[in-house]
Amino acid sequence: MAHAAAHEEHEAGHPTPGTYAKIGLFLFVLTALEVGLYEITYGEHAGEFGHQIMPFFIPLLLGLSAVKFALVAMFYMHLKQDHRLFSGVFVFPLIIATIVILSLVVLMAYHWAFATGG
Amino acid sequence: MSDHAEVLDTSTGLDSRKLAIWTFIGSECMFFASLISNYLVHKEQWMSGPGPFPHEAWTDPATGKVLEPIIEVPLVTVGTALLLFSSLFIVLALYGAQRGRRGMMLGWLGATIVCGLFFVGMQVYEFTHFVHKGLTLQRNLFGASFFTLTGFHGTHVTIGVIWLITMFILALRGQLTPERSLKLEMAALYWHFVDVVWIIIFPVVYLIK
Repeated sequence: MAHAAAHEEHEAGHPTPGTYAKIGLFLFVLTALEVGLYEITYGEHAGEFGHQIMPFFIPLLLGLSAVKFALVAMFYMHLKQDHRLFSGVFVFPLIIATIVILSLVVLMAYHWAFATGG
Repeated sequence: MSDHAEVLDTSTGLDSRKLAIWTFIGSECMFFASLISNYLVHKEQWMSGPGPFPHEAWTDPATGKVLEPIIEVPLVTVGTALLLFSSLFIVLALYGAQRGRRGMMLGWLGATIVCGLFFVGMQVYEFTHFVHKGLTLQRNLFGASFFTLTGFHGTHVTIGVIWLITMFILALRGQLTPERSLKLEMAALYWHFVDVVWIIIFPVVYLIK
């Protein structure tokens, strides 16, 4: 009885196939946006608008990627519904990983700047 | 013996196998962070060797030789879309497995495997194309860091496909019951991770110049 109740509670928290499909469609749209952004900024059809948004190109792309990453982790990997320990085990290394990437990029940017006398 | 019978009392109250796969995924985050850092640090170092330029045509001022771009965004976009859809398919397969819907599980699991195989095929084609254009692992720092990053990801996808094929065989034999669906859930978590890594690699490598 308790097991059945727990199962129902578990069921209630999980998304339905319809929700999964909507998220899948949204992920596809976000990917199309990324490629579209690339095309209007650097592609064959790049114009004045593309030139204007060039400074925001990298932050926009990284923002879109972060949204896609979060959607897959929260809904497809069920971190939104699962025990918080799983989130902790995943997010803690993810934070370290992000710090490692940022630190190395900044460090090496300084290195190349000094190496080339810039 | 069912998987429920094998579950031990744990201090967390959680299944240790699921905690193990999440810990593994956490360690993989740091592994790929090192490869992405390596790529970002060396991506501009294509001039340390005799080309080719990755994103757009470039004329060597010394020789006047025009180096053609080798990155093909449309091809990789198709691969990216396939990998994204495969994440949707595997979560639907898991939904079927957890509810004893065998047809749903087998159908979506098969679709996931097909998407994975197409992605691996796309990467094999891309690598072959790059080597023919002159970009090899030894050519320059860009080539070395590019092939290391995308190659390791491709290896992960290949391992994922093999894992999913074994799940498909288990399902065909009727050994992937709702009680044993954790087996598929672990494979699905790994597959989603491979997808989220590509979500980062795709813009960083192919879209950002």
